[in-house]
Amino acid sequence: MPSSTSSSPDGADERLQEQFDRTIARDQRVEPRDWMPDGYRKTLIRQIAQHAHSEIIGMQPEGDWITRAPSLRRKAILFAKVQDEAGHGLYLYSAAETLGADREDLVERLISGRQKYSSIFNYPTPTFADVGVIGWFVDGAAICNQVPLCRSSYGPYARAMVRVCKEESFHQRQGYELLMTMMRGTEEQRAMVQDAVDRWWWPSLMMFGPPDDDSPNSARSMAWRIKRHSNDELRQRFVDMTVPQAGKLGVTLPDPELRWNEERGRHDFGTPDFTELMRVIKGDGPCNAERIGRRRAAHEEGAWVREAAAAHAAKQARREEQEKEHAA
Amino acid sequence: MSGTNGQWPLYEIFVRSKRGLNHVHVGSLRAADDRMALTHARDLYTRRNEGVSIWAMRSDGIAASTPDEKDPFFEPSGDKIYRHPTFYDIPADVPHI
Ligand SMILES: [Fe+2]
Ligand SMILES: [Fe+2]
Repeated sequence: MPSSTSSSPDGADERLQEQFDRTIARDQRVEPRDWMPDGYRKTLIRQIAQHAHSEIIGMQPEGDWITRAPSLRRKAILFAKVQDEAGHGLYLYSAAETLGADREDLVERLISGRQKYSSIFNYPTPTFADVGVIGWFVDGAAICNQVPLCRSSYGPYARAMVRVCKEESFHQRQGYELLMTMMRGTEEQRAMVQDAVDRWWWPSLMMFGPPDDDSPNSARSMAWRIKRHSNDELRQRFVDMTVPQAGKLGVTLPDPELRWNEERGRHDFGTPDFTELMRVIKGDGPCNAERIGRRRAAHEEGAWVREAAAAHAAKQARREEQEKEHAA
Repeated sequence: MSGTNGQWPLYEIFVRSKRGLNHVHVGSLRAADDRMALTHARDLYTRRNEGVSIWAMRSDGIAASTPDEKDPFFEPSGDKIYRHPTFYDIPADVPHI
């Protein structure tokens, strides 16, 4: 087990460390006011913040289609879905705050580019089929990632994940249903779906992160049970889950190496271009600048609203105070 | 009213999922005042009929037992096993007890 860097002569820290290690070993939850090693706290804050940022930035690619959805039904669904993603971001920001992170500081880190979010949201959504494929692939991948996190060792994170997972199933299903509808449509619509599948497949596989032998912090996160499965294991699960769904839908996944491996009882598949993943994470994806720019603009243009609400609350509080004095 | 560094204060949110059940803590959020805390809580924690009633409470107004005093604080109930029904041996053939 990793241990805290600080120590004290009377062994108090060692006892706290032992207590913490025991909690983890018994698969119990760590709660906000418990003692925890600095590394555990820092790792969690980083992971939860990046997760929160991903939910918030993730509103943009699909949000672009709200005003252009082809029917009122699709518009209402898309609205609800994007609103859920905002909710996911907020659950997660408040989970990060239980660890001592500062909300404004987190927002600042996002819009200044110092903290990352999922690479997937830096790809564009040129057609309405992208909305369907995002629900199917991206929310499907998110489900693979998030279901095990419902048993993450940090209580508030695990509980946020339980709420999130309950909502993700709607996201994935609305996407798949949208695609089924398009596949029953014209030749052109079917081509549009296949094109979106071709563009999103590999970036979706990259969502699980670098391969295990190139993922330096994974082992530690798994020892702390912040993370429950390796990147490659989750990627494999996603492939196994998605292949039969693609068959039913009638689309081809763009991987010539993709085949069922009888011996393993799982699919073999090709290797995503991890140099592309690194490039996009570092800021050089098709939409990085646009996404951050838009988030920054929303934050800055909303400043007066936040200030007005705070001023109103202060005035209201003063008034109540005066009324109390008069009554006394 | 704003928090120490100009941020909106933090609120803890409790939701009664249906009549007959207690309010349960569901999470927290930031809001400028009580009323905003309630409307935000509605939008954030009850988008799918999860509640029939919401309590919002400033986090800095909550008194909590600290984890450090855990053992002595809860000790009074630790040695009173006679408070539990299983403490008492009743023959199996005595009905309804
Ligand atoms: Fe989400
Ligand atoms: Fe989602």
